[in-house]
Amino acid sequence: MSLARIQVPASAKRGEVIEVRIAIQHAMEAGFRYDNNGRTIPKNVINTLVARYNGTEVFRAELGSGISANPYLQFFMTAEASGDIEFSWVDDAGERGSERAAIVVVG
Amino acid sequence: MTACLLAIVILAACSTQAAQPVPLKSGVEFASADVRSLQQDDFANPGMLWVTRGAKLWLEPAGSDGKACGTCHGDANRSMKGVASRYPRIDSVSTGLINLEGRIQQCRERRQHAPLMAYESDELLALTAYVASQSRGIPVNVEIDGSHRAHFERGRAMYYQRVGQMNLACTNCHDANWSKKLGAETISQGHGNAYPIYRLEWQAAGSLQRRFRSCLSGVRAEMFPYGAAEYLDLELYLAWRGQGLAIETPGVRR
Repeated sequence: MSLARIQVPASAKRGEVIEVRIAIQHAMEAGFRYDNNGRTIPKNVINTLVARYNGTEVFRAELGSGISANPYLQFFMTAEASGDIEFSWVDDAGERGSERAAIVVVG
Repeated sequence: MTACLLAIVILAACSTQAAQPVPLKSGVEFASADVRSLQQDDFANPGMLWVTRGAKLWLEPAGSDGKACGTCHGDANRSMKGVASRYPRIDSVSTGLINLEGRIQQCRERRQHAPLMAYESDELLALTAYVASQSRGIPVNVEIDGSHRAHFERGRAMYYQRVGQMNLACTNCHDANWSKKLGAETISQGHGNAYPIYRLEWQAAGSLQRRFRSCLSGVRAEMFPYGAAEYLDLELYLAWRGQGLAIETPGVRR
């Protein structure tokens, strides 16, 4: 499974807008490269990435061949209750990945 | 009179060779603002994906006794601090010159009794990047005396030897033309203090030896295989030439 790193603030105030960042190790093969025998290396990119905050979807991205390898994504969301932000993704080959990070919300 | 002139000529010839560039600049100083900011950001730096993997591997038991790196070495940020700045070296166990990758392999083989990781494999790059990153900010400081001297001399000779269809030596670009342009790119001084790096061209992390192979391929010379003695000698020379520069692993380069 591809390694992913998530960055969220360790704690936030209720209602505070926080920045969530994720970096995933994935070759994101665009499908335009050739191997040494002249054959096209098949396209295999992460095509869907979803983030759920305490079970509710807060972010969804549809990625394509234009996204670089080892993709980095970043978005903002409002901190409501303590819990988990869970990312899950799937690539063209059907490989699934997931990673979660905990956030503590005070107030 | 002629002896004096001869001495002056020899001295002049020596002073143009085997010298550190002045002023000494890490490769990051020649990188674009985008690449520099990517390296500074510990989260966005793609090389940190390998460092994080290395941190996991550090704790993973391996080999017949199920020992992890951490079983003997404890916390890497304490035990590995300063280690990368001293490599390549001939240590008390190795019979020849080894780099950091070689030292990790040596531990795997002799201490963990675990299978070796292939050179340039994801796992070896990850562990090397993790160990080297524990020395961030520490100046490179390698030994070139005693048993290291022969390796250093061979490395220096290779650095100044013109090779390939383009008949170029390392010095022709990295001493004579650093800060000038090669195509659209700015030529660096060619130091190894940030390795293993994440190279945008590779879209992956890679070792200093992979970079050597890129250069050899670039001048249309035959590339030695990974782990070649020639690369190790050159790594030692480069470390001496760049001594004083802080370790930056994981570096980000174009």
